[in-house]
Amino acid sequence: MNRKTKEIFIKYIFFVFALVAIIVLAMIVFSLFREGLPIFRQVSVKDFLFGMEWYPTYDPPYFGIFPLIVGSFIVTIMATLIAVPLGVLAAIYISEIAPRVIKEILKSVIELLAGLPSVVLGFFGMVVIAPILQNVFDLPTGLNIVNASMILALMAIPTISSISEDALYAVPQEFKEASYALGATKFETIAKVILPAALSGVTTAVMLGMARAIGETMVVLMVAGGAAAIPESIFDSVRPMTASIAAEMGETPYRSLHYHALFATGMVLFFLTLTFNLIADHVSNKFKQTGSATL
Amino acid sequence: MLKMFKRVLCLATVFALLSTVSFASESVVFKGSTTVLPIIQEAVEAYMKANPNVRMSVSGGGSSEGIKGIIDSTTDIGMASRAIKKKESDLAKSKGVNPVEHVIAFDAIIPVVHPKNKVANLTIDQLSQIYQGNITNWKEVGGNDLKIVVISRDSSSGTFETWDHFVMKKTKVAQRAQMLASNGAVVTAVAKNRYSIAYIGIGYLNKNVKALSVNGVKGTAEAALSKEYPLARELYVYTNGEPKGETAKFIAFLKSKEGQKIVGKVGYVPMISLK
Repeated sequence: MNRKTKEIFIKYIFFVFALVAIIVLAMIVFSLFREGLPIFRQVSVKDFLFGMEWYPTYDPPYFGIFPLIVGSFIVTIMATLIAVPLGVLAAIYISEIAPRVIKEILKSVIELLAGLPSVVLGFFGMVVIAPILQNVFDLPTGLNIVNASMILALMAIPTISSISEDALYAVPQEFKEASYALGATKFETIAKVILPAALSGVTTAVMLGMARAIGETMVVLMVAGGAAAIPESIFDSVRPMTASIAAEMGETPYRSLHYHALFATGMVLFFLTLTFNLIADHVSNKFKQTGSATL
Repeated sequence: MLKMFKRVLCLATVFALLSTVSFASESVVFKGSTTVLPIIQEAVEAYMKANPNVRMSVSGGGSSEGIKGIIDSTTDIGMASRAIKKKESDLAKSKGVNPVEHVIAFDAIIPVVHPKNKVANLTIDQLSQIYQGNITNWKEVGGNDLKIVVISRDSSSGTFETWDHFVMKKTKVAQRAQMLASNGAVVTAVAKNRYSIAYIGIGYLNKNVKALSVNGVKGTAEAALSKEYPLARELYVYTNGEPKGETAKFIAFLKSKEGQKIVGKVGYVPMISLK
């Protein structure tokens, strides 16, 4: 085998490896749709998406996932509200302010947080946070939106913080030098130069953090309470889509209406995370910092 | 790309064929109630460990599916959480099938509350009203002036099915009810919440929660076996005719001390004393 054929050979091997991910994804999407679409022969898309009642095992069954969609969104949004300030500010501190030693410690601790299994966090929420919430606010239940959002925020912080930090780190040194040369303080430099320059990266980080939160299953299954109703306050229980799929899939008869409805719920989730990723991609491309000229 | 896809398809087909071939050797097929399923799953695992050359396949689908499987002879052992109906046994007779019933365990569901709750007994009707969301305060049933937090199992679970059968009787559980995914999660939630009410399989009772009596009867294994306790029922498996071969051996295993230990382990009431 001469050098050239070897080169070509290697090229194709890598091509196959790259292809595996795409093929697997295509097969997953295909089976998701094949198992999910049949529900729409029985239930209209509108009744499915906007129906208020989720009683999949009753006779007649009701397959309205609107309370589940609301549940997913509300815990994701609340988690984002908690995680964004914490994650972004931590990233700013790590990348711009912290001395070297503290920076290294903080970075590895945050990475450690990302490595915690979600079932451990869920258990923590269930046996530690829930009773505290219940006693402090005198609530009927501690398994609620606030609890789930706090745990989800804890899971989104590493994503947000490490991607934001990369973005902040990538801001060219001459920006900072120019800012200091004009007499700006450190705070002014961070708030008016570095952060705006890294905005696309930070936004991407936030979107990916949200995608992580909306797709998370174990935590919401354990601490969101699981009530399939539109919440009236942030201390009510909700049943996000992922929790519903995880709890019910194991015991639903194969290819029953309920089974198809759960796959269709998976389709809705798929479209939601796809949207988040597309937005993140769009933002990071459109506002890409390509040089000092674009600021 | 297309060629590769074809290859993958070929491979999948080969695997599918291989697996059907291996299933065609000596095999026992189980189908039916998801309430009975956990017992059978555990028992099959134990049984296959002792008899590695037997093939067993277990699937759910509900009691009706299990009995249907016996009637159309697609199932060797049909699992059911209810007795066969007149309509079903008539249909079986017309097809020349003789469904034989085997009681393998008892199932008892116990309503539980926080240990500090002073309510000790509820009627089935009160339970139903609480779960439908019509009774919302403990003082309406003789307790303190506290809101009731209703905790239920997921509507696909066997425990829910039993609860639905005895208490809800096809009425809907209120949407506000919390739906938890396991008996264990329910016990943890109730132990930490003085507003709550929930129900669990008798095997999951512990001192962190307080068991309520129903219609004045305490939910014990004895009361369940004598059918005095209203939220208890027999669990069955059905076979076509008297069981033979591996099927007979397996049912004998289920009824043995070892099999009944499994029944207790997965949270049901064994039919014999294990002491």
